[in-house]
Parts: sequence; C-alpha cells; structure tokens
Amino acid sequence: MAGAALAALPALPLHEAGKYVAAAYVVAFALMLIYVAIMAVRLSRMQRELASLMSREQGAGQPPSSAPGEATLP
Amino acid sequence: MNSSSPPSRSLGSGLLALSLAAAAAMALALGLVFFYAPLDAEQGFLQKIFYLHVPLAIVALCGFVLAALMAIMHLRSRDPRWDLRSYVAIHMSLIFAVATLITGSIWARGSWGHWWVWSEPTLVSFLIVFLLYATYQPLRFAIEDPERQARYASVFAITAGAFVPMNFIAVRLASAYLHPRVLGSTSNLPPQMAFTFVVSLIGVALLYATLCSCELTAKRTRAQLRAARRAAEARAGEDAGPAAHRLRSAAPSLTAHGTLAAPASRSGA
Repeated sequence: MAGAALAALPALPLHEAGKYVAAAYVVAFALMLIYVAIMAVRLSRMQRELASLMSREQGAGQPPSSAPGEATLP
Repeated sequence: MNSSSPPSRSLGSGLLALSLAAAAAMALALGLVFFYAPLDAEQGFLQKIFYLHVPLAIVALCGFVLAALMAIMHLRSRDPRWDLRSYVAIHMSLIFAVATLITGSIWARGSWGHWWVWSEPTLVSFLIVFLLYATYQPLRFAIEDPERQARYASVFAITAGAFVPMNFIAVRLASAYLHPRVLGSTSNLPPQMAFTFVVSLIGVALLYATLCSCELTAKRTRAQLRAARRAAEARAGEDAGPAAHRLRSAAPSLTAHGTLAAPASRSGA
C-alpha cells in the first residue's frame, strides 16, 4: 500500500544538490528531535519525583494530595 | 496561562491540538516542497532548502521580537509569568536560529561553494543577532536574586528585541549582497512556490508555538511539583535549608502560585 503510493509519486532529482537538501532537512529535524528528547528526559525525571512524593505521602498515612503536575501535563 | 488556577484538562487538550496542527502542517509542507513546488530555474533542486531555511529565520526573529513585547508586559505588570514567557520565547528562538544558521550554511555551500561568506551582510547580521541573544542565558545566570534577574533580563530582551527590526532594515539598505531577498518587491515567487512557502511558514510557526507551550507547561509543572515537595517536607518537619529549595538557575523560578521563588542564598542577594 505504502509502496504503491510511493511509486506513484514523481521521482526526485536527487543528483548533486540532493545531498545538500537532505543534509539541511535532516539537521533541522534532528535538532528538534534532540530538543524533544531532552524534554522527555526532564518529564520522566518529574514523573519519578512525583511518584516518590506520592509514595511518601501514602507512607505517612495521609491520603495523597492531588498530584500537582499530573493534571497540567499534556 | 495562569499557574495558580486549578489544574484543568483544557491545557493538555489545547497542547495536543496544537501539536497535531503543527504535525499536519509540517507534513503538508514537506509534501508540497518535494512534490508540488516547481524546481527553481537557476538553483534547481537545491532551492528546496529555501522552504525550510527562510521560515526558520522568520520565526526565530519574530520570536525575539515577541519576547521583547512579553518583557515589556513584565516590566509593566511585574508579573513573573511574563518573564517566564519571554524567557521561553528567547530560548526557543535560539534553537530555531541555530537551525537557520546551519541550514543557511549548507545552502551557501551548495550554491556559492563556501560554508560562510563574511562579506555578506545578511549572514553576518543574523550571526550578530544570534550571538547577542546567546548572552541572555549567561546574563540571567550571573544574577542571583530572582527579582533582579527577571528585571534585568526584561531590559535586555527589550533592547535586543528593538535591535532585530533595526538590523533587518539596515541589511535591506545594503547595496552589495549575494543573499536573495525574499520579502519585498524584488521577490517574484510563482504562485505554487509562494503557496508552498506560506504553508511551510505556518508549519514552522506552529512548531515553534508547540515547543514553547511544552516548555511552559514543563516549567509550571516543575514549580508545582517543587511546591508540593516543600509542603510535604514541612509536614514531616524536615528542613533542608534554603539552598536546597532553589538551585541557582538561569531559568525563571516560579512558585506554584505564579510568584517568584526565593533566591538560592540570601548571603549574596
């Protein structure tokens, strides 16, 4: 299905300029991807912190307070 | 946008909608760039970089100006949330500016045979703007007191933000240049190219808005989490000292109620 759709598309003139165009798009999207990866690492750190906070609250015998970060996360 | 308001699902769904719109616009733009826009008569396939490089540059520069407007709002209202928004806008614009410089350099190599041309005013002026904003984070980090940090950073953002349009005008007045002019009477883009360019610009602008929104949400969530941890420590009767409550940082540090956090150490403030 995907192969047939790709075959129907016109061929790209990937000769001399192709490597420059590919490099520009790959670099730009790699930068964004790195940023998203950093965001994911920070998010997982916050999740761990939240989990430890909640377990601490439960360990203290109190009902867990509303998780502050949870509801605002996308 | 109010961090003191009760958590709601609308923020998450709004961010999700923005992310989906950005992804759809970027996918459409890529399809148009490679399968709809005609090849340039002079540069051929190499000109496809234009649809990425120019929107990145425009969005980065607009982000810097937007940050200046937010800094004005901060100085007028003294609301630290405007400082946070200004900080995030500059932070994201710097990332987009790095992408602009790299893609522009690759395009220059393919088109002119050089990675960088120092005699070209457009390139050098953009580099100056980038280097100017690269000092923003060290400036913030150098100031320990959060209130002073926010105030000085806003003054910087306004001054540098005013420099961006001035720089743009000065470059356009330059008589000798190699870099093509995109906006203005000399740009005669065919309708198919113009349409592709506009879609690309919308896609990059939506990507910028999405990443800014993610960063803002993360910063607010971290502030709320920190406040919850402090409350838990207070209930348990622990006190790790003021330095443990807030590590020195270049980023604005809000409390869960949208006010500024205490400085890392009172001795230097």
